Amino acid sequence: MFVKDLNVVIAGSAGEGIQTIGDILAKTLALQGYSVFTWNEYESRIRGGQNSYSIRVGEEPNNAPLLNADILLAMNGGAVKKYRGLLKEQGVLIAQNEAKEAKEDVIGIPFDEIAKEGVGEEIYANTVAVGALTSVLGVDLQTLKRVLERIFSEKGKDVLEANYKAAEIGFERAVCDCGDRCPWTLPPRRATHFLISGNEAIPIAAAFAGCRFISAYPMSPSTGIITFLAKEQDRLGVFCEQAEDEIGAINMALGASYAGARAMTATSGGGFALMTEGISLAGMTETPLVIVLAQRPGPATGLPTRTAQGDLLFAIHAGHGEFPKLVLAPSDAKDAFQKIVRAFNLADKYQTPVILLTDQFLADARYSYRDFENSDTRPVYYLADPSAIREYRRYQLTSDGISPRLYPGQGKHLVCVDSDEHDEEGHITEDLPETVQSMVEKRLAKFRKLRSEVRPPEEFCSDDMDLILVGWGSSRAAILEGIRLLEEKNVRAGMIHFTEVWPLPEYHFPEGPSLWTVESNATGQLARLLRSEFGVSFEKTISRYDGLPLTGEYIARQIYAQR
Amino acid sequence: MPSVEDYKSDVENQWCPGCSNFSILQALKKALVDLNKTPDQVCLVSGIGQAAKLPHYLKCNFFNGLHGRAIPIALGIQVANPNLTTMVVTGDGDCYGEGGNHFIHAIRRNPNITVVVHNNEIYALTKGQASPTTRLGEKRTLHVRGVDIEPLNMLTIAIMHNCTFVARGFAREIDHLKWILVEAVKHPGLSYVDVIQPCITWGTRSIAWYEERVQELGEDHDPGDKKAALEKAQMTEETMPIGILYRTDPRTSFGHNYRSEVTDGPLTQMPSMEANQLEETLSRFILDSTL
Repeated sequence: MFVKDLNVVIAGSAGEGIQTIGDILAKTLALQGYSVFTWNEYESRIRGGQNSYSIRVGEEPNNAPLLNADILLAMNGGAVKKYRGLLKEQGVLIAQNEAKEAKEDVIGIPFDEIAKEGVGEEIYANTVAVGALTSVLGVDLQTLKRVLERIFSEKGKDVLEANYKAAEIGFERAVCDCGDRCPWTLPPRRATHFLISGNEAIPIAAAFAGCRFISAYPMSPSTGIITFLAKEQDRLGVFCEQAEDEIGAINMALGASYAGARAMTATSGGGFALMTEGISLAGMTETPLVIVLAQRPGPATGLPTRTAQGDLLFAIHAGHGEFPKLVLAPSDAKDAFQKIVRAFNLADKYQTPVILLTDQFLADARYSYRDFENSDTRPVYYLADPSAIREYRRYQLTSDGISPRLYPGQGKHLVCVDSDEHDEEGHITEDLPETVQSMVEKRLAKFRKLRSEVRPPEEFCSDDMDLILVGWGSSRAAILEGIRLLEEKNVRAGMIHFTEVWPLPEYHFPEGPSLWTVESNATGQLARLLRSEFGVSFEKTISRYDGLPLTGEYIARQIYAQR
Repeated sequence: MPSVEDYKSDVENQWCPGCSNFSILQALKKALVDLNKTPDQVCLVSGIGQAAKLPHYLKCNFFNGLHGRAIPIALGIQVANPNLTTMVVTGDGDCYGEGGNHFIHAIRRNPNITVVVHNNEIYALTKGQASPTTRLGEKRTLHVRGVDIEPLNMLTIAIMHNCTFVARGFAREIDHLKWILVEAVKHPGLSYVDVIQPCITWGTRSIAWYEERVQELGEDHDPGDKKAALEKAQMTEETMPIGILYRTDPRTSFGHNYRSEVTDGPLTQMPSMEANQLEETLSRFILDSTL
């Protein structure tokens, strides 16, 4: 039986290698020619607990998370207990230590034992497990071996051979044990896929956008960004520094940016809170800066490894005083790539901070795409030419508020910037009636112009719909899936989705259908924002605030229950 | 050849008339001239406080940032453009209080910058509250029973952690201070100068009190002797030795290893990523079943 849309969930404790199993299986399926989408949820610990890694498989990319599993592979008894409820009625459970229970739906495969007996070491249990899953899914063992070769050939012939053997044993064992309980088959297809996560797309995009400096303090779920750049720093030409704290991180980045290098930092809620004075400093000194805020549930430490969209209003209002700021909230990895380049370009053009709002879900999820690059997405630079300037004033008043920007050492001109209110030359001023007012107005003029560049939300709706779901950021695919599921129940729903959330552009909401926001927070922050900006009112808000991502099933169920 | 006149700023000075900050300003100008630096080659970084206003009174590039945050700004500038002479001008509140964490980690990083701390033992711009260096027992608006927490001696912390250039100057001895500043800027890696700067408005001790106690280090002081340096740095009461307390062989400076591998010029002048380099990077994420 070929299944168009299949969800495989791998569950186990931290340290049991479910990430490795998931990554290898995802690549195997992609190399077999299928689109996969993976997302994971895990506890904030290095060993123990129970975590899961979900892989959605289909012929065409559908980058939306599913909760229910067709196949659940559990590496221990606790995982069986915690995740068994996700299994669909016809689903199959593969468990390591329930071999003795002859329950209908359990396929017991003692991976550890088999690995030890067949390959000599328990550490190959993961590969035995991937072998078994490959067999259960009706995928060619040869495809799995190609992936293993990619991953393990660097580690020497012996390691590679041992992995091949472990995969074979797992594969054969599952063939025997499955019988007719595993009806799936995924024959090879001819297809090319990009398989990339948010936290992989962002650093590559930053380097491509000309970022030359990143300083950050490790904080989940943002850490992957600087980790990627640190590893590739020589090749990509990005200087990476682990700062002593987030205040140091944002100020170092501002120093580098003032000195002419495109610069960024990345953090999560608590670190972002420390950075807010620096964001205000960027606004006042008119220094370009890109800040990635990867959201996790708060307040305070909250849930370090979980997902949320709870910092929307915080990000928009971050920083004391009034100054222009752009807040972008990409919907997926590909959008994040494009928006990072856009963030660097607009930060440079408007000489102001740009915040990119992501979340744990977007950071860690791996998305499938047929193609990834977009030729329209290019770095554009806005530095002035020192030779064309006779007398330089860093904060020269202009009609659109944008002053020519030079960096110190670019020419003979002196570049003077100040966090105090300042005059055109960058010196402290207390000239209230003239200079102070013109400087406030100068910064707000930039804000007005910036607003005209902000893109309107994506619309997927018409006036005769029953309701329209209004969302933002990483929930786009889940909302679209929710709409499809509602359609099956004869509810006609549309979508309006924001990925550029501040400043908000001119926009008119359709007047017929009832409007619902869909958000991963408890207080309906998007609804509050849109109400205050557009005077629009919302029938209801679908909220999720348990640390798990919004899914189509969740959205559809909530709407069905609340209508 | 640059002259002191080149560094003259037209900005109205906001310091109290007679403040010893004026002497530090003068020493700094003279040092930059001696170093043969032109204003466009110099970048001053400051935070907030009376000392932090100095960049406005000396014509050169400057970044006058937030309270306590001058050092991380300077780190970013120095690493992005090592051709600039980057100096931090700061005070005891700015550098040892609000920015203490940054300073401690700057000692570890060893950036090629000079940090000049105008140490007046007081918060002057906020009207005389105790600073991290205010002496025990001094009554202050927020320490009504007198300061009862130990003053911080950052000089000893810097020496302990191998800051390779540690000096103490006295604002009233301009030529001696100028000499320290020249040596500090020439020193590769972090050079740190704490300048005794009696506050004529909020200070409880007269300038004469300091003048009686300040003593230039003699020929017999070996700046390479860490133990002797620590001893001298700890002297803040009866005598206050001024001069280069500690100077040792330069160690790897911030960003040096990256620079030796990637670029020795300003980061901003690095070529942008070629289309094929992007393609190559992204190709690692391609899974092609047709190959």
